[in-house]
Amino acid sequence: MAGGLNDLFSRLGGRRGDAASDTPAPSATADPELVYPTKALPKFLANMAAKPSPALLDLGPVVGGNVSFFGEELGCRIRVEDVMADIERFTAAGTLDQLPEFFRTRFKSEPGTIDGILCWDVFDYLEKGAAASLAAALTRLLGADGSLLGFFSTATDPGRAHYTKYIVVDQGNLRYRTYPGTRVRQRSLQNRDIIKLFESLRVSDSFLMKTNIREIIFRKPAYLAGL
Amino acid sequence: MWKRDESPKPAPPAPAPAPAATPAHTPAVPSGGDFRPQTARDNVNIGKSVFIKGELSGSEDLTIEGNVEGRIELKDNTLTIGPNGKIRAEVFAKQVIVLGEVTGNVTASEKVDIRDNGSVDGDVTSPRVAIAEGAHFRGAIDMQRAGQGAKPKPAAAPAAPAAAPAPAKAGA
Repeated sequence: MAGGLNDLFSRLGGRRGDAASDTPAPSATADPELVYPTKALPKFLANMAAKPSPALLDLGPVVGGNVSFFGEELGCRIRVEDVMADIERFTAAGTLDQLPEFFRTRFKSEPGTIDGILCWDVFDYLEKGAAASLAAALTRLLGADGSLLGFFSTATDPGRAHYTKYIVVDQGNLRYRTYPGTRVRQRSLQNRDIIKLFESLRVSDSFLMKTNIREIIFRKPAYLAGL
Repeated sequence: MWKRDESPKPAPPAPAPAPAATPAHTPAVPSGGDFRPQTARDNVNIGKSVFIKGELSGSEDLTIEGNVEGRIELKDNTLTIGPNGKIRAEVFAKQVIVLGEVTGNVTASEKVDIRDNGSVDGDVTSPRVAIAEGAHFRGAIDMQRAGQGAKPKPAAAPAAPAAAPAPAKAGA
């Protein structure tokens, strides 16, 4: 009887383990063309759609499908500033220590003129100083009631050196497409570290996905619009 | 057991009538009576060795393989910047196809198409914008809303804090 129960538990345990391993972590996935659900993107879109002619800043590499999607869904003005390319350039040049200073003057848009910022997983690749500098610059750019969407990996394993393009399939799904890079993900940020980065903003939504990614939407309260 | 269907079948459609009085040796041409090949009709090429500085405007489709600096205006026509084309100009056209390099703002009343290896450094204004995977783009894109009803539906409140992944294979 005991042996039967042990056998049953071990089988259940084994099954749980199998299920967990079925979940492909984006940092370790071998197939770069998997589609994953997103909970934050629909919220972000709803926030943006509430504005008449929103301005969107995309910090990832330019993706034609995303440009079409956001343009057609929101009729917005999109500015693409490929921060991942900056990180790659500074990594290759061995001048990562200059990134905090670079981010202070990186963005030419006027403060308070951006309604939405797509950070994707940029912060996973930055050290503390550079992350704080970028977060401060983005906070300045964001207008009243503007939204900022960030993806933060909770995986302890940094994985191999590569970056990810997040391609919008539809409102609820993203395709993760990896491409080569020389920088690996840095240590995963704790919740409190993330909130501290954007201390002038408030967390409006946070979702912990089974892909080991925490999707967070920050919003800038109207009373902080001038900051 | 199974009886063959012997009901009368409709007659097969009559073969399309041969073009009347078309001599066998006559090449197919557009009905407008323009006997030039389609690719050459209303399309002007600016060759690799040509350098233009100033304002370029016209009412024909234009392909640029050379260098242009200044301003290009083809309000009702298509501008193609070929793979060898290098533009430092403000561009206004009905449709713009970029296979080469453009530095400057691009405005199109219909579509801007940045193809593989095409490069645009500047702001793009057009109701439709297509950017290929290998293209380079740096700037802002302003697309007019295709339809006022195209707003995304308000997101439903999530039932659980974690969403089960549903990895689905998808082709590019």
